Amino acid sequence: MAERSTASGQEFEQTLNQSDTSVADFANKRRAPLQRVQHTLHANPTLVPIIVLAVAIVAFGLIAGERFFTPFNLTLIMQQVSIIGILAAAQSLVIITAGIDLSVAAIMVLISVIMGNLGVSLGVPTVLALLLGFVAGAAAGLLNGLLVTKIKLPPFIVTLGTWNIFFALNLWLSGAQSIRSQDIDANASFLKFFGTNIILGSARLTYGSLLMIAIFLVLWYVLNKTAWGRHVYMIGDDKEAAEMAGIRTNRTLVQVYMVAGFICAIAAWASIGRVGAISPQSFYEGNLSSITAVVIGGISLFGGRGSILGALFGALIVGVFESGLRLAGVDVLWQVFATGWLIIIAVAIDQWIRKVSA
Amino acid sequence: MSGITPVVKATGIVKRYGHVTAIDNADFELMPGEILAVIGDNGAGKSSIVKAICGAIQPDAGEILIEGKPVNFSSPIDSRAMGIEIVYQTLALSPALSIADNMFTGREIRRNDFFGKYLGLLDKKAMEKFAREKLTELGLMTVQSINQTIETLSGGQRQGVAVARAAAFATKFIIMDEPTAALGVKESRRVLELIKDVRDRGIPIVLISHNMPHVFEVADRIHIHRLGKRLCVIDPKDYTMSDAVAFMTGAKEAPALTAA
Repeated sequence: MAERSTASGQEFEQTLNQSDTSVADFANKRRAPLQRVQHTLHANPTLVPIIVLAVAIVAFGLIAGERFFTPFNLTLIMQQVSIIGILAAAQSLVIITAGIDLSVAAIMVLISVIMGNLGVSLGVPTVLALLLGFVAGAAAGLLNGLLVTKIKLPPFIVTLGTWNIFFALNLWLSGAQSIRSQDIDANASFLKFFGTNIILGSARLTYGSLLMIAIFLVLWYVLNKTAWGRHVYMIGDDKEAAEMAGIRTNRTLVQVYMVAGFICAIAAWASIGRVGAISPQSFYEGNLSSITAVVIGGISLFGGRGSILGALFGALIVGVFESGLRLAGVDVLWQVFATGWLIIIAVAIDQWIRKVSA
Repeated sequence: MSGITPVVKATGIVKRYGHVTAIDNADFELMPGEILAVIGDNGAGKSSIVKAICGAIQPDAGEILIEGKPVNFSSPIDSRAMGIEIVYQTLALSPALSIADNMFTGREIRRNDFFGKYLGLLDKKAMEKFAREKLTELGLMTVQSINQTIETLSGGQRQGVAVARAAAFATKFIIMDEPTAALGVKESRRVLELIKDVRDRGIPIVLISHNMPHVFEVADRIHIHRLGKRLCVIDPKDYTMSDAVAFMTGAKEAPALTAA
């Protein structure tokens, strides 16, 4: 194009033809090794959690010895992270839009109580109890979404509020009482479906673990291969630009919160199988644990960046650390200590990656 | 000129915000195949009138005809569906997404099979091919790959992508808001050539700009906006830049409205 400017143009631009044309090009300058690492990570933010996970597995295999590498222990880690993992999937959706959902675990526990009350205490057919639970989960997400888009409150404040609201509703509906395992078995054993084991030797793969992986794969497809998913990323990247480019951003945001609520309801069903009982006091730290998994998974808290599969790796990293440190005989407090550092390092790496120069 | 239907003909547009009148009974006319520059002092309401035409704001009174037919847009999404494209000053591109993703924002192509119809699977190949064609047509394929993210492009290349997106989908006309404001000398030159290129393909352009040399170089007619209304329309060949500035600031009496 620069060649054609001779015929027209301003007088002061006449010398442009002779100017150095390489300026606008991408000179493939040789980069320092650290810069190359930064660029690679910028293009593939999920590489960080994959590397950390691989290193952690090898390291704990060496430290904790053979007990760590048994099929039993590895499948146990999957079981242990499955509920937080599913919540982290819901959390990822919201965080990719540059939001945050502090209410995911509160929605999950509330829905498990609703499912239990309907299916066990009131004797509603289990499938109907589950369906009503899913509807209630989506409705809880809808409330979050409407408060964020219509009243235009920050997602942090909205979900901090609804966290408390849902927790209070849960205590009210449950009377702060657990529903015992025997009662579930007797009246609505299908609620425990995801606790079912597939036993292969010493490995105990639960349906709940498989469910977690399936949810991540479906969301990965939706986020990367469909228009809706691309819009979710665009909104997180720059909401105003997305709006101007023709996306109905508020509608998409409400849908994101609803899908997140729905996934929390699925997590509620899975949690009944995992825990065996329905306890209104369980998973109180689940909100923050899900954020931990997402952040360690390389998904940016500032939105628009990171792969949802990162959250799966993030959840597994936390699980591997807990299991490995426990088997190595380290006190629980150091597991919490390690998780804390993982969060800080993960966000520091994210900040560093974002400063990449083109 | 009477025999030709204007692409846009807006008459008596009014928009008030409380006691402030942003558009005061303004008129606007865009003819086929032309570059119409819209100039005016800060706060004259030039972006308001353009926003009213593309549906970003809804006027309180007045009539807008697109190719002779009255329209009533409730948002830019409506006007876009009619083939009116806008290149915003901020470009409206997502930095973390690829050129191809950005070109198709909100009008993605799905695969024409089971997966596309029922599972919403996008046809990335078709979109990449189309994006590459459009960029090549406009001489913009200096980028390494269509899958490069926007944040790896220079300012001029980003502007190029935004213009290419508008040119690819516009069937009626394109509105460009300060397309050269953020660019250096050389990049401005490329974008001006690009604007003329698009006009030569038959798509009329509304160019909002503060840059008088750029306006006088590319515009076929210049719409001067002052105090919320159209003051006059001039032919850049008949007047100097100083004249235009004098009209738009009120330092000099404006010529009759039908000057061009």
